[in-house]
Amino acid sequence: MMNQKPVIAIHQLDHYFGTGKLRKQVLFDINLEIFAGEIVIMTGPSGSGKTTLLTLIGGLRSAQSGSLNILGQELCGASQKELVKARRHNGYIFQAHNLHGSLTALENVQMGLEVHGTLSKGERHRRATEMLKQVGLKEHIDYYPANLSGGQKQRVAIARALVSRPKIVLADEPTAALDKKTGRDVVDLMHDLAKKQGCTILLVTHDNRILDIADQIVYMEDGRLATQPESVAMS
Amino acid sequence: MLGFIKTLIERTPLGLLQLKHDRMRLLVAIAGITFADVLIFMQLGFAAALYKTNTQYPRTLKADLVIIGTQAKNFGKLRTFPRRRLYQALDVPGVASADALYIQSVDWRNPQTRKKTSMLLVGQNPDRPSFNLPEVNQQLDAIRMPDTVLFDRASRGKYQDIITRVQQGERVTTEIGRRTVTVAGLFKVGASFSDDGALITSDQNFLRLFPKRDAGAVSLGLIRLHPGSDPDRVRAAVAARLPDDVQVLTNRGYIDFEMAEIKATSPIGFVFGLGTTMGFIVGIVIVYQVLSTDVNSHLAEYATFKAMGYRNAYLLGVIFEEALILSILGFIPGLAIALGAYQLTATATALPIAMPFGRGVIVLLLTFVMCGASGAIATRRLQAADPADIFS
Ligand SMILES: Nc1ncnc2c1ncn2[C@@H]1O[C@H](COP(=O)(O)OP(=O)(O)OP(=O)(O)O)[C@@H](O)[C@H]1O
Ligand SMILES: [Mg+2]
Repeated sequence: MMNQKPVIAIHQLDHYFGTGKLRKQVLFDINLEIFAGEIVIMTGPSGSGKTTLLTLIGGLRSAQSGSLNILGQELCGASQKELVKARRHNGYIFQAHNLHGSLTALENVQMGLEVHGTLSKGERHRRATEMLKQVGLKEHIDYYPANLSGGQKQRVAIARALVSRPKIVLADEPTAALDKKTGRDVVDLMHDLAKKQGCTILLVTHDNRILDIADQIVYMEDGRLATQPESVAMS
Repeated sequence: MLGFIKTLIERTPLGLLQLKHDRMRLLVAIAGITFADVLIFMQLGFAAALYKTNTQYPRTLKADLVIIGTQAKNFGKLRTFPRRRLYQALDVPGVASADALYIQSVDWRNPQTRKKTSMLLVGQNPDRPSFNLPEVNQQLDAIRMPDTVLFDRASRGKYQDIITRVQQGERVTTEIGRRTVTVAGLFKVGASFSDDGALITSDQNFLRLFPKRDAGAVSLGLIRLHPGSDPDRVRAAVAARLPDDVQVLTNRGYIDFEMAEIKATSPIGFVFGLGTTMGFIVGIVIVYQVLSTDVNSHLAEYATFKAMGYRNAYLLGVIFEEALILSILGFIPGLAIALGAYQLTATATALPIAMPFGRGVIVLLLTFVMCGASGAIATRRLQAADPADIFS
């Protein structure tokens, strides 16, 4: 694995919010490498900067200083247009499912394919149906989100994130809104599908019970990243 | 083009699905646009009808050239000029005939209700048709009889009984001033703003009803040309021949003169222009309200789409898709209701209100502009959909 190029390579990344007097540094000298197929879990106290790092990696925010190389593309200093394109390589799973209420489960999932503009409508729907089967929602493809349970909605969101077979999946507390059992099922599902598709997962969670699916665990504290909780204090 | 259509078919119609999902919001939007469109249709319809009614007689004149006094304002207020001008015009090569029209408003008593109303009385030479009105021209012999008139059966007011009686050949009489006149026949043109209707009679009868008026003072001159003459050239020649107490116009020129006069002096343009603008603004406000509420309630979803890699242009497209669908869905019932309202108005007021194809197109375009403008304002809310916020 070490002779491979990392899919996510972050070096000396700093990030600031605000300008002038209000300017506040939230990320300090972040260094992180994640290789293809790895599942990395990031934990840490609230407000430490985990979400900020995730949005930078996903191209949802512009990186300011340091180096942020995703799938071989440097996002630090990338234009807005390049960022929009870079986003299409990733799948996102949020705490809130953020499904579109006017679209059925099937239509929501195929939106993950339509963004690429390469597949016909029929093909998109075929693949979305297949994906919904894999997350166990074969019977619910024509349901609107309002008629699905929390766990089912999160499964649809996972299907939407994975249907285009992204290289990277970014998940921010995907189980926070779910009960223990459902949360565990959802994480297992993500794990299985990711291993099947060989995609890389970066998952932020406060939930200690799901740490076992990780290949690597990193800790964020006060904007600094460490592989061991203690080393944050030592550095 | 083909590629564009293909993209349209292949694309998930998100705007349509969003509108369909919230039926109540959709209904409100459609009702708002329909209301605005009906308002606009009515304003435009009234304006056009009023322009038309106030120029109906000028439009039916059977003349190649028209002579009117320099001080003339419009068909109902022409001022008079000396009849000698018509004889002088006959000297000009190309001129075949010159006839006088006498026109004045009179109070007559509605034979049915016995109430006094204002009518336009037109006195014409019974030897030659003055109007392109076949009904009138077939009854020219009737108005040779003393104190007989032809009555416009599309006049505003209660005349139904009288019309039936005249049609059955009964003698119907009433008073104009102190004279008793007989309604000898009917024709149809329609009411105007200033007069409830019109009566046509012979020049002799006209002068009998206005004893103070001089036969040598005419209201309008009708000139017909020899076949093959060029109206513009003869017009210039007649104008050069006559002193400048009169103006000489071609038939078209006279209609334009009447239209210009109405547009300049009547509040029709302003009032109905204002009404149209109001309808347009009401439409914008309602559609904007609906679209911006729609954007607001989908902000999280839109931010998610942006995070997935959808461009801002995609979301703009969704809003304009909604605007386009709304404009079509609102226009169709608007057009249907307006057609019904035109029918009602036409029967209730005798105004010649109709729906020309062009007006439908104009209002449809206005509706597109209305919804497009609302959509454009609503898209500013899209800035609030920040993909970096959705993880929190
Ligand atoms: N848009 C923003 N503008 C200014 N400051 C921000 C913004 N977003 C986050 N912050 C600040 O940056 C710091 C890191 O926030 P971040 O959301 O990354 O933390 P987190 O580790 O994800 O916390 P949590 O576990 O509660 O989700 C916090 O102090 C937060 O107040
Ligand atoms: Mg967070």
